[in-house]
Amino acid sequence: MLTRRIQRDRKGGYRLRLPPEERELLRSLPAQLREVMQTDDPSLRRLFPPAYPDDSEADDEFRRLMLEELLEGKLAALRMVEETASADHLNSEELESWLGALESLRLYLGTQLDITEEVYTGGIDPDDPDAPALALYGYLSWLQEEVVAALSSSLP
Amino acid sequence: MSQAIEAPIEIGLPDAVEDFDHDRPWVVLVWNDPINLMSYVTLVLRKLFGYSEAEATRMMLQVHNDGKAVVSSGEKEKAEFDVARLHAHGLWATLRQD
Repeated sequence: MLTRRIQRDRKGGYRLRLPPEERELLRSLPAQLREVMQTDDPSLRRLFPPAYPDDSEADDEFRRLMLEELLEGKLAALRMVEETASADHLNSEELESWLGALESLRLYLGTQLDITEEVYTGGIDPDDPDAPALALYGYLSWLQEEVVAALSSSLP
Repeated sequence: MSQAIEAPIEIGLPDAVEDFDHDRPWVVLVWNDPINLMSYVTLVLRKLFGYSEAEATRMMLQVHNDGKAVVSSGEKEKAEFDVARLHAHGLWATLRQD
């Protein structure tokens, strides 16, 4: 039987079963995204979407009030993954941070790759120059599904 | 196109229209995007708004199939707060007066 990589334990936390090479990857990705977040890379747009798409004045004001907190929350989640990438157990707050960090990584990578809902139906062409990035995106999507499944099982 | 009709010289809007404008609720919309997982959107709606799994799934499917769905509504401040929370979770949310 297939064992889930992330599973609730009896103490209200979560057991994390990931091979070392995946942990190493997860530890290295936050720094890469943090570096991009200091630039004006247009692929970051889905991380900071407009609240008022038809009213630039209202949108500027919204951003002025909210952007710092939004940015800080995303950075905190990335830091948490770096700090807990080797852990065998996560509490729910830590796993929530994993969920947020995976979300930010997928939003950036998916926008950069111009992902469509049909991308997976044809599989990944190994000759595609984007193949490694698409494989990474696919891995992060699978892991996020695992985290979602684990956290959903804890909701009332 | 309909024919132009002669406009009255003066149009007086009743005050009530303005008051009504003020009371119109703000709605928070979540838009479809190809990146967010369906299971993730459902989880976020349950967690942030306390919707049942069935209700959150219904809204998620509406986003997926119709391109958008209203996920909350109320006063402007509350709608802005909800949009900020949805943005913190990576969802493509906007607000507008209904």
